[in-house]
This record gives sequence, structure tokens and C-alpha cells, in this order.
Amino acid sequence: MPVASVFPALERLLPKVSKPVQYIGGELNAVVKPWDDVLVRWVLMYPDAYEVGLPNQGVQILYELLNERPDALCERTYAVWPDLERLMREHGVPQFTLDAHRPVGAFDVLGVSFSTELGYTNMLTAIDLAGMPLHAEDRGLEHPLVIAGGHAAFNPEPIARFIDAAIVGDGEEAVLRVTDVIAAWKQAGRPGGRLELLARLAREGGCYVPAFYDVEYLEDGRIRRVVPNRDDVPWRVSKHTLMDLDAWPYPKAPLVPLAETVHERASVEIFRGCTRGCRFCQAGMITRPVRERSLGTIGAMVQQSVAATGFEEVGLLSLSSADHSEIQQIATSLADRYEGENIGLSLPSTRVDAFNIDLANELTRNGRRSGLTFAPEGGSERMRRVINKQVTEDDLVRTVTAAYSAGWRQVKLYFMCGLPTETDEDVLQIARLAQEVIRVGRAVTGSNDIRCTVSIGGFIPKPHTPFQWASQLSPEETDARLAKLRDAIRADKRFARQIGFRYHDGKPGSIEGLLSRGDRRVGEVLERVWRAGARFDGWHEHFSYEAWAEACAGAFAGSPVSLAWFTTRERAQDEVLPWDHIDSGLDKEWLWDDWQAALDEVPTDDCRWTPCPDCGVCDAMGTDIQIGPSGSVFVPLARVPMPSSVGA
Amino acid sequence: MARPQPDRVAEPVQQRVRIRYAKRGRLRFASHRDFQRALERAIRRAGVPIAFSAGFSPHPRISYANAAPTGAASEAEYLEIGLTRPVAMERLRAALDAALPDGMDVLEAVEARTPDLADRLQASVWLLEVFDLPVADVCAAAEALMASPAVEVSRMTKQGLRTFDVRGALARLECGPGADCAILRGVIRHTTPAVRPDDVLQALTVLGLPESPTRFTRLAQGPLADDASDVGDPLAVDRV
Repeated sequence: MPVASVFPALERLLPKVSKPVQYIGGELNAVVKPWDDVLVRWVLMYPDAYEVGLPNQGVQILYELLNERPDALCERTYAVWPDLERLMREHGVPQFTLDAHRPVGAFDVLGVSFSTELGYTNMLTAIDLAGMPLHAEDRGLEHPLVIAGGHAAFNPEPIARFIDAAIVGDGEEAVLRVTDVIAAWKQAGRPGGRLELLARLAREGGCYVPAFYDVEYLEDGRIRRVVPNRDDVPWRVSKHTLMDLDAWPYPKAPLVPLAETVHERASVEIFRGCTRGCRFCQAGMITRPVRERSLGTIGAMVQQSVAATGFEEVGLLSLSSADHSEIQQIATSLADRYEGENIGLSLPSTRVDAFNIDLANELTRNGRRSGLTFAPEGGSERMRRVINKQVTEDDLVRTVTAAYSAGWRQVKLYFMCGLPTETDEDVLQIARLAQEVIRVGRAVTGSNDIRCTVSIGGFIPKPHTPFQWASQLSPEETDARLAKLRDAIRADKRFARQIGFRYHDGKPGSIEGLLSRGDRRVGEVLERVWRAGARFDGWHEHFSYEAWAEACAGAFAGSPVSLAWFTTRERAQDEVLPWDHIDSGLDKEWLWDDWQAALDEVPTDDCRWTPCPDCGVCDAMGTDIQIGPSGSVFVPLARVPMPSSVGA
Repeated sequence: MARPQPDRVAEPVQQRVRIRYAKRGRLRFASHRDFQRALERAIRRAGVPIAFSAGFSPHPRISYANAAPTGAASEAEYLEIGLTRPVAMERLRAALDAALPDGMDVLEAVEARTPDLADRLQASVWLLEVFDLPVADVCAAAEALMASPAVEVSRMTKQGLRTFDVRGALARLECGPGADCAILRGVIRHTTPAVRPDDVLQALTVLGLPESPTRFTRLAQGPLADDASDVGDPLAVDRV
């Protein structure tokens, strides 16, 4: 039985909200399939505003894959802003999809992709607006399953009470497996109800089902153990790893929104995983091993994306794009192909390396030239040894010299504050480095019109990294350290006006830290703060530290744990961590050794060009690094874009 | 050292084309900026030989006139594009229309043979569909508005809150019953600040009409007829 569109009811509310275009759907390459033609119906949510959520690659890949299946359909939903939420509650309009404006509550699965933990409250809003019980245990056969994915799903414990399952790791094969399980269960007449479906997902679907695991605590608040409460589920749930990315060239037809979004470009992922080994970087740790797409596949995907979207910029995505073994050929081939076409190519994540300036020159040959961004992450040489960011000050100076010589006038530098063992002195080095960059820029260009922007984020220890045991710097200490840095930048009048300084106060980072390394007891905090009105916690203007602090005080009252206990407390080697039963493949002993190496300022090298340091992933997951040269070629095209459809 | 200049030279414009397009249905919630982005991408997908400006940041040669406000539908939006080689008008129209989303519909493409299209867009005809109110009440308010020497409303603009007269811009305002609403048809002169159809509605509420859901559609733009009852075709002089 088809479900009715909620659009007629929504349409009346849209003139009263800001940016109504974000709720109308109708993107180029969006798919609407007939409801009754399929067995399994997914709705995928990116739990942030449309402008942030739409470009998300994970959602776009899975959306396309699921819609390619004849027995499934997939639509999308995003977080609605508080102005529309209020009107929806007032007029009884439920959480809806953008594709056909169907009510989310009518689907089989609500999949939520978390790049950051700060989206958790927005998931609760969506579940509630969809008319579903907040707690998984209160849901019945008539409600969708809520499945969490994305990087934050590597520690799903804080949201354990709200989700039915989590998918850990690469989603491509995993969602298809889950779809198979749901299809078989529905076809068999839903035997055993929701519980049996969850059991099948845990047994055959590769899913983590929190309800099948019990957590026991010690008196001091630490976890004693996490133990399955059924004998047919694994002790540890493994991440999924997609091998052979060339066989999965998605998205083939990226969504093109009408509304303005944060990334106005097509994106082609050129490889997945990173083994540089930066110790703060969760993405680099949980996406191992490195798996490259070949030159030929990348060329075809770029071509297809431009033709399917009309975007004028293509981003070559990965965790460190200049590390692709064939990056020089990729850049040259693409620049040649799009010569004179006003198509820009960008490498959003690049290392500090003079070689990359040649690349950047090549990539901007046909397009627009904006600023260059580098991420030294640590201000002092010592700090960079601790975090294993193997970049010297000489590297940085050489790189910016090359950049300024090549015509760039603006360089952006990213750093972190609050790293393990960090002192004020380490952070003050950032000011000196920025001043050195300006000085070099002036020298090589002969111009005073040189700018450098310093952007600083607070370090947040993340699960499955060597820093998972570390103490997080308190908001007060973070703010004090950044104030000293700001003063140091302002103090030297020769450079102060050319250095932009961007930072956020330490409070949001403290809450992100709580959600990152929290356990199931943090679920109570989430529920309280959401009921108190918390929404869009990643947005400065919506985030309220006071509301979170109050929710923590209420939820943790009478218990040995607290906000500080979860954030600023350093963990010991033998502590059971809340995510230990989620298997990222990383050997916990290796992580501990790397943590000790950090404290000793000893580097760990990259397994792509030095012997394997035994992080454990390939052994545990049966995987191997896949890097080029691939031997594939870049298929030349007669003319790009497609032969013109108008004119003589 | 001088700022390095790019070595690119802009290809000259060989043909200027004026386009009338519509914003329909749910696409009326797209803002003008949204439309601009969609059009630039559609031009790229359709392979239209658009001319670009020179410089570090080349921009496509597109100029827009008098965009309808976000939330209002339109049958008569106008823009002009510069092309690097002449193209056939109907093929251009069809290709652009196919490349734009449904609801952003390209209705006409006419080669520009005169300067200053913008000068000919002197007034607009707007349709206001007012729901949930008795037709007689809406029509009484409309009559009261036309009988007033001036009715001031306030609206937040980029320059801050501005208060201005609505009545003076209204060349004509007719009222009658629709299928499930009251229908107002207004001829509004293009003035500064611009009087929008929602300003007309606000003027009616100033005169005592309760607020109510209303759909706005621009039916036409062009030179104002001598008796001010209608507007003419602004592209008529380009069609030889």
C-alpha cells in the first residue's frame, strides 16, 4: 500500500521558514521509486542541516547502491532546523524524506551516518518527529530499524539505547548484506518479529546489536567487562573492509542540489585508508589498509561526474590525496584533458611537501586558484614527533616558498591545541611559524601583500587511536593557552596584520570528547540534554555548554563518573575501554606501544614504503595494502564536455 | 613584483540571447542564488558555448533582471547570456530546459537585437491566490487599498527595516473568486524600493484583512500599457 506524500502539508509551512529550498528535494540525479515495487525500503539520514549533509559521500554512495537493487529503494532525510521543527510539531507533520516526501516512520530502516558525534541529538529529533519511540527496546514491528554507521559508529555505546544496530566500517557491501537479511525475513513472513530480525542481523548481517551485549561496571566507575547475553553472537564485532575499490566506482551520478551547500563540487575518492600513522587521527587508524583506485578508474569517474552534474570543480578525495602512488599522472592527465574547460580540480587534503606545489599548479591550470591549506597540526618540532606528523619546519618553509613563488598569496595552516604532553611553549611556536611563513613569503615575492591564516582546533582523543588513553585538556586550560597564542601573534606588529587567527573556545570540544569516549551511561546525558532542547550541537550558535553540563550533572549524580572523568582522565593500560568489543583490526597492544612511543617522541613509519609495523589490521581482517602503479591507463577523450547539444 | 596575471584571454561574445523562464511548483522555494547555480550547471551539462570573463576568476557571461522573491512562482523571469559562437534559438532553449530541473522551465530564447532589456521591464502582473478567507473580505480589502492615497508597510531588507508605500506602485488591482481561494491580479510598477506581492498582501492586512496562506505567481513583466491595465512583451522588439 503506497504511503502518501506529506508535501501538501509541508508546503503550507515552507513560506514561514528560512531557506525553504532545502526541504523541497528535486535534486538532479535524485531517485524516486514506486513504493510497492520493492521489498526493502531504506531512508538514509545525515544528521545535520541539508547544506552540510547533502554533499556527504557516504550517504550518496549507499543511496545509489541501494537504489540500483530492484528489490529495494532508498530515500534521504536531513535534520530540520528548529523553525521548521516547531511548525511540524504544531501541525502534525512527521519527519519526511526529500525524495518523495514520504514519512520516515513508514520505512523498514532508518540508517544514520555519523561523521561526528555532535549529530547525536539531531538523530533523536528525527526519531521523535518520525513518531517512533526514542528507545530501541520500545519499538515494535511497525517501526523502522535504526542503524548507525560512519566513523562515530566505531564507538556506538553512547547511543546504544537509541539504535537497533550499528554497521562498523565500509558501508557498501554491508548495506547490501543487511538488505538481503531484511528481504529474506520479510519474505518469510517476519518470523520471530523484531527480535529475530535483530538476531539475524547480528549473526548473518555483520551488524553490532547493542541489546545483545551487557555491560558490567566496577565500583570506581570503570567497565568490568562487556559480555554477549546470547550465545549466537560474536564477542567482538568486526569492521567491514571494502577491497577492490575499482569494482565499486560510486557515486556514479552525484546529487546536484538546488540549495547552496558546503561543498559545491563533485567528489571522486581516489583512495581509502591512510597509514601515515598520525596518532591523533581516528580516520587514519580505522580505515586501514590503504586501498587505491587506479588511474583509469579515477579518470572515468571524474569524467562521469562532470558530465552527470555540471559541477565546475572536482575534488580528488582521500585522507591525504597527494599520497596516491600515481598522483602526478592523475594531475597531469586531468589538467590536459580539461585544458580550456574552466573546470577546477582540487586536492582537499594535502601534506606539507614542496612536491605538492607542483601538483597544485597542475591542478589549477584550468580553473580558479584559491588559497593553499596545509596541516602541520603541531606547532613545535617536538610536538610533531609526539603526534607522528613527520613534517619538519624546513619542509614547511620550502613548501610555502614554492607556493608563494608560484603565485599563491594566501596560505592556511591548521594546528591542534591540547595534544598530549603539550606545554604553552609548544603552542607559542605556532606564532613563530606563522611569522616565519609571512617573512619567507615577503622575501620571495618582494611584496608585503602576503597572508597567512592560522586555524586551530582543540585536540579530542578518539577511540581506536594511540591517544585513546590520553587526558583531554580542560576547556579552561585550552582557552588560556589559545589566549596566550593570540597575544603572541598580536604582539609582533611587523606581522600581526597579515596573520589571521581562527579558533573556537574549548567547550564544544569537551562535549565532543565526552561523546567520543563515552559509554552507555552517556546515553542518559544525551536524552536529558535533548529533552532540554539541544539541537545542532556542531553549530556554534545552537550549542549550549551549560545545557550539556547540567545534563551531565543530572545523569551522573550519585555515580563515580562525571564529564571530567570521561574527558580529562588518563586511562591505564589495563582499563576495559567502552569500544573494546568493536574490532577495528588494530591490535590494542600495538596501539599501547604506539602511545608509549609518542611519549618517547619516537616515530612510527608508513607501511607503504617501510616494513610493516604490525598494527594488526591486515592480519585481523585478512586484507592487504593495495597501491599502484596500477598499470592502468587514462583513456583519452575526443572532447570534453560531451559533444555539445546546441549550436553548429 | 606585480601580481602575476593569468595567460588566458577571454573569447569574445558573438551572440547575446535573452531568455524567458518559469519557476513553478515546489521550485518556487528556490532563491535567486539557487537558480543562478542551477543555471550555470545546466549550461555546462547542455554544452552551451557560454562566454567567460577574463581574469583569475572567470565568470560566465550571464545577466539577470528583476528576480522574483523566494517562495513566489513565476511565468516571466528574464536573463541574458553571452555566447562565443552563434547557436540556433530553439535548440538552445530545448537543451537548457532539458538540463534544468523540472519546475525551472525555459520558455523562450530570443537573440538580442536591442540594448537595455532591463529598461523595458517596467512593471509586473502578479497573481495572488489567498486561501482560507471569504472572497468578499479579500475583495473588500483590495477595494479599500485602491481607494487609499497611500498604504505603508515595513519589510526587512538588506539595508535594514524599511517602510514604504505600496499603493503608489499599484497600477491596478482586480479581485475575484478562484476554485478554492480568492484571486487578486495586480499590476505593480517596478519602483525603488521594489514593491513585492507579499507587500501588497501586507498592505491588505494593514487595512484589516487577517493573515492567511497565499500563493504568489508572476504572470508577466514588460513595458506598462498606456492605460496601465497590463504589460507588454519585453522581447517583442528583439523578434524581427
